[in-house]
Amino acid sequence: MAAKESIVGSPALRYEGEAKVLGYAKYIDDLHFPQMIHGATVRSKFPRGRITAIRYGEGIPWDEFTIVTWKDIPGENTIVHLLKDHPCLVQEIVNHPEEPIVLLAHPDKALLRKAVDAVTIEYEPLPAVFTIEESEAPDAPVIWNSEAGDSPNVFKTYLMEKGHVEDVWATADYIIEGEYSTGAQEQFYIENNGVIAEYSEQGVTVWGSMQCPYYLHHALQLAFGLPEQKCRVIQVETGGAFGGKEDYPSVIGCHAALLAMKSGRPVKMVYDRMEDMAATTKRHPSRTRHRTAVSKDGKLLGGEIEFAIDGGAYVTLSPVVLSRGTIHAAGPYNWPHLRIRAKAVATNCPPHGAFRGFGAPQSIFGLERHMDLIAKTVGITPEELRRRNFLQPGGTTATGQLIKDPIDLNGMLTRALEESGYHAKRAEFAKTNPTSPIKRGIGFATFMHGAGFTGSGERRLNSLVAIEVDDEGKPEILVSSTEFGQGTNTILCQVAAQTLHISYKDVRIAQPDTDRVPNSGPTVASRTAMIVGKLVEDASHNLLTCMRASGLLEETYTPEQFCHAALAYKQQHGELRATARYQAPDDIFWDDDKYHGDAYPAYAWAVYVAEVAVDTRTYMAEVKNFWALQEVGKVLNPVLAKGQVEGGVAQGIGYAIYEKCVWKDGVMANNQMTNYIMPTSADLPPIHVLFEEVPSIHGPFGAKGIGELPMDGPAPAILNAIEEATGVRFNHCPLLPEDIFDKLANPTLISADSSQLQPAVAGPVFSGTTP
Amino acid sequence: MSTITFTLNNSQVTVDAPPMTRLLDLLREHLHLTGTKEGCGEGECGSCSVLLNGELVNSCLVPTLQVQGATVTTIEGLGEHTHLHPIQQCFLEEGGAQCGICTPGMILATHHLLEKHPAPTLDEIREGLSGNLCRCTGYMRIFEAVQQTAKLAEAGK
Repeated sequence: MAAKESIVGSPALRYEGEAKVLGYAKYIDDLHFPQMIHGATVRSKFPRGRITAIRYGEGIPWDEFTIVTWKDIPGENTIVHLLKDHPCLVQEIVNHPEEPIVLLAHPDKALLRKAVDAVTIEYEPLPAVFTIEESEAPDAPVIWNSEAGDSPNVFKTYLMEKGHVEDVWATADYIIEGEYSTGAQEQFYIENNGVIAEYSEQGVTVWGSMQCPYYLHHALQLAFGLPEQKCRVIQVETGGAFGGKEDYPSVIGCHAALLAMKSGRPVKMVYDRMEDMAATTKRHPSRTRHRTAVSKDGKLLGGEIEFAIDGGAYVTLSPVVLSRGTIHAAGPYNWPHLRIRAKAVATNCPPHGAFRGFGAPQSIFGLERHMDLIAKTVGITPEELRRRNFLQPGGTTATGQLIKDPIDLNGMLTRALEESGYHAKRAEFAKTNPTSPIKRGIGFATFMHGAGFTGSGERRLNSLVAIEVDDEGKPEILVSSTEFGQGTNTILCQVAAQTLHISYKDVRIAQPDTDRVPNSGPTVASRTAMIVGKLVEDASHNLLTCMRASGLLEETYTPEQFCHAALAYKQQHGELRATARYQAPDDIFWDDDKYHGDAYPAYAWAVYVAEVAVDTRTYMAEVKNFWALQEVGKVLNPVLAKGQVEGGVAQGIGYAIYEKCVWKDGVMANNQMTNYIMPTSADLPPIHVLFEEVPSIHGPFGAKGIGELPMDGPAPAILNAIEEATGVRFNHCPLLPEDIFDKLANPTLISADSSQLQPAVAGPVFSGTTP
Repeated sequence: MSTITFTLNNSQVTVDAPPMTRLLDLLREHLHLTGTKEGCGEGECGSCSVLLNGELVNSCLVPTLQVQGATVTTIEGLGEHTHLHPIQQCFLEEGGAQCGICTPGMILATHHLLEKHPAPTLDEIREGLSGNLCRCTGYMRIFEAVQQTAKLAEAGK
């Protein structure tokens, strides 16, 4: 048998890496088609209103332009995700700033920009809401109505219950309340959204920067009223996504295709940075309220959690984001009794969408900040509080899922605190802080992240993977799973090479093209390594079975023999192809109505430690050092896995203390790189990445999901450390110097904040009244 | 229109272009060298970094008339398929490229940094690359790639 050394677990070089370092890799804006013209979007300037007139100004040769409005849409005027409330182009009512109303195309990009400015839209304004609080106010204008009959302005609600929480308040030694909130965050892929579309009698084809070709494929079918075989979507090299190219390509893809249809020419639409930041999706702003019953020895007795997210003007993916946030809101702790009420509300902001973590970073921020408050109130250390409440094998999660994997959160916490020198630093900072203007602190967060779609989601996706041998006898993986930096190409080729016992270099992976690759599901939700990787492993086994059954391949073989056998098979049978379809594990059950059961086949577990310094003269907080310990199952490629964690931590640090979306009546006011601050190489601390590997039966060679996890922990770990440093509680991220200034420079704000109460002063049950 | 002659990746080129055309567009649209990327168009992200007379510049901020008689190096001038430049090889091996869109600019910034500091300290690397934004890596793999390149150069002396 060849390939004795393990390919899985080795730092195989990035599959498309050479093209990237040479600058040869072709992204959407690098492509040029004959006769191609450019497309642009005329957007609303109002958050909400009725369009009364559209005027095309003077001085523009309008007869040279292709002009598309909602009237030109041959199918349904919708960008379909879960519901059909989101129009492709506004017909009458504008529901958010930057909403697309008119599309223009012209060969001259400079003239196109002038033309966009020359279109004037007149509105009859309607009242609008911009925050969760404004949306839920009793006298709020109704901006969105549910067909399902839920409350106005509410896209989706969940109620998740374990035990009987109403019984615990009377028995609690402490009832501890807190409110936590998070702002929007821009995905900030360095390549903006972009596509090229072509339309002919054969149908519509869109090339583009995207995560989920089949999402756009579906959107095109509806907008054009075409059967699936007449729609084709091809992903080209994609310069970062992070969720920001999960749902949005369906919008820009349909737009470019409409212009292509009307103009009869290929149309390229590539947003510039300001348009991309202003008009496309961001992470949902959130608010989490906790009310927790705790015993005097620091045991969580029960809790109520209210989790709310701002979905923006249309439903898009908000119910799914809300779902993940809801399930992760309870963290890796044992809750005998728990009730979570969650809702996604409508506001007149551009729709918020997918972003790495998908609701979990928001609710985990609230929980992990709250855990530190509980520890302080009870009078034990944050470490001790976690140790007394960690989930253990044999325990059940908040959804009632039995923990079968041999997780050891206590052991992980011990290791992370040792690696970071936590105890020594805590002692040292306690000594040095009183006399230093620079206050230093160290804090941590413990958390988990489910891999794959939630609950019955993977069953519904019903993913399919194929492997086909090409004319050189090399297997080619056919999946719609996309590469946008995370390493999809590389890890899937590693899995196939290892399973087929051939060299990594001999495996190929096809460009995702809906005419060629089966639907292996969207590239989201930390599902590619575990779910799709497992299917690639299965398909590889099926390929071998097929070759062996033909008698062309022995039990043991060299890579050369594999190649010869594969070519011989092709000669005899015309093609050599194997597939694998997702089959739900038979011990995984989920009840969508009760929101109960096995939420995910597997979880990744983590302890993240942040060391910070807060300068009390400049009010600037800095992360000085960072440790990320996680258990993610088998690490398929150590270099790529480290890169995933480091990149996620960097985004998490940005989320915590740098990246603020400034909103003005639903408009992002700082939609430029100049004034939306993303961490540079000079801003980030050393990030120490540590893995523990407990193989999972659900993934290939024991791998679980890794992509989203590192986004969850940094913000609460950093704000916990900042509280350690300053002694002041901050419950909102991002936390910018001006926010620190507000509290530190204004002691009255601190004393007025009931969350500063010490248990010795407040007495045991200090907060709220027991019902 | 102006006629501009300059040295691009060791070859002399002459192009006719409006003098205020951005060097970025001249490279990408007139000369079809698409390795230089546009990330922001306002000189913040460094994706369009090229070397102009050996200095690292954002090509989105350089008007074409400014390159008359100058020497310009883009990512295409650094290595080729059969022979990666050591910086490119180290970025590949150390995981310095993920989505790849910032990579050409980051590699040119590294080239510039190593010209100035052949054995850079970590702080010099952090400072030297701070004009080039990367959203994927958190920069740690990039630092490794830069250090590895410097090490190889030192060993090769």
